[in-house]
Amino acid sequence: MSNLYVARNPRVAARSLDGEMMIMSGSDSTLFTLNKTATIIWQSADGATPLEQIVRQKICTEYQVEASEALRDAESVARNLASHGILQISEQPILHGAAK
Amino acid sequence: MLELTSEVERLSLIIEVGRMPVRVNTTDRDFLGMLQERYAGYVVASAGDAEIEFDTELAPLGNLPPVEDVQVLQRDGRWSLTRGDFRAEWEPAKRRGWIRLKPAPYSIDAVLRIVHTLVLAKQGGFLLHAASAIRNGKAFLFAGVSEAGKTTISRLAPPDVTLLTDEISYVRPQGEGYVAFGTPFTGELAKLGENVSAPIAGLYLLAKGSENRIDPISAGEAARSLLANVLFFAEDEELVQSIFQTAFEFVSRVPISRLTFFPDARVWELIR
Repeated sequence: MSNLYVARNPRVAARSLDGEMMIMSGSDSTLFTLNKTATIIWQSADGATPLEQIVRQKICTEYQVEASEALRDAESVARNLASHGILQISEQPILHGAAK
Repeated sequence: MLELTSEVERLSLIIEVGRMPVRVNTTDRDFLGMLQERYAGYVVASAGDAEIEFDTELAPLGNLPPVEDVQVLQRDGRWSLTRGDFRAEWEPAKRRGWIRLKPAPYSIDAVLRIVHTLVLAKQGGFLLHAASAIRNGKAFLFAGVSEAGKTTISRLAPPDVTLLTDEISYVRPQGEGYVAFGTPFTGELAKLGENVSAPIAGLYLLAKGSENRIDPISAGEAARSLLANVLFFAEDEELVQSIFQTAFEFVSRVPISRLTFFPDARVWELIR
């Protein structure tokens, strides 16, 4: 099982409004609205906490879901957000703003 | 001795929209006349300093590069604006720039709109795909994409309503709220808005239906809809972030709801 680290891209704009997290890409102005799971991942993505730990401590405790299944989904979400440049992912801890 | 050069007549006028005066210089009297006619009501006496001054050069049709979409980039403190019918550069620090364009109203209109979006973004304001009008001293905005009903609701406005625009609304922060200004940027109505302003009392997201009614929407939907209708062209992370934060500020200060309307004048009974 992979051990990914995730970090918010400091170059995107993000605001939470009535529980909805909205993020806008600074490069192409695309607007994203995150679902609850993606919001938890986004808010916890400090670059130092492994994704597996985020899933175990913040997603599995919130939803009745198997840890392995939740981690698979979380990795998919993280890679999707990373493909749009709003999240950074790495197999090493990410120094703030350093990872590409 | 033959005189090889001759004095070139320099002509100039100031177009002020949303309290932002822009001076346009030209050497072409016909172009100046077109500007005076196109922006009637927005041309002001040239006594004061302009926020920006543009020298214009008219380019014959077909001589500019065929760029489909507008491109707005900033490099080394200089903005570059390019589209098939114009090319412009502008240095905000010097408040000066130049425009090479076709001598057509839509070309200068596009340049002015873009410049206003860039300046407003820094000042917490924006241009919005929305009709706007003043009633009882309050401004109301009616946002929507093409065919949403901006022109229709403008056309249905009763006589006590002052139309600010049927297409592009001009929004600036003021105090704890926002103010809407009239604009010369027109849609299908092809009628310039009145050059006046008023505090914004509400923004309606337009939807056509079989009855007239106002429905509340969530703050999230309000923010998404607002951002979807803001005019912004620049590929610039700092300004994109400014626009994003401005949209949320606007949503927190201005009531936003959905206005479903049947296209007759009774819809205005809901707007007061």
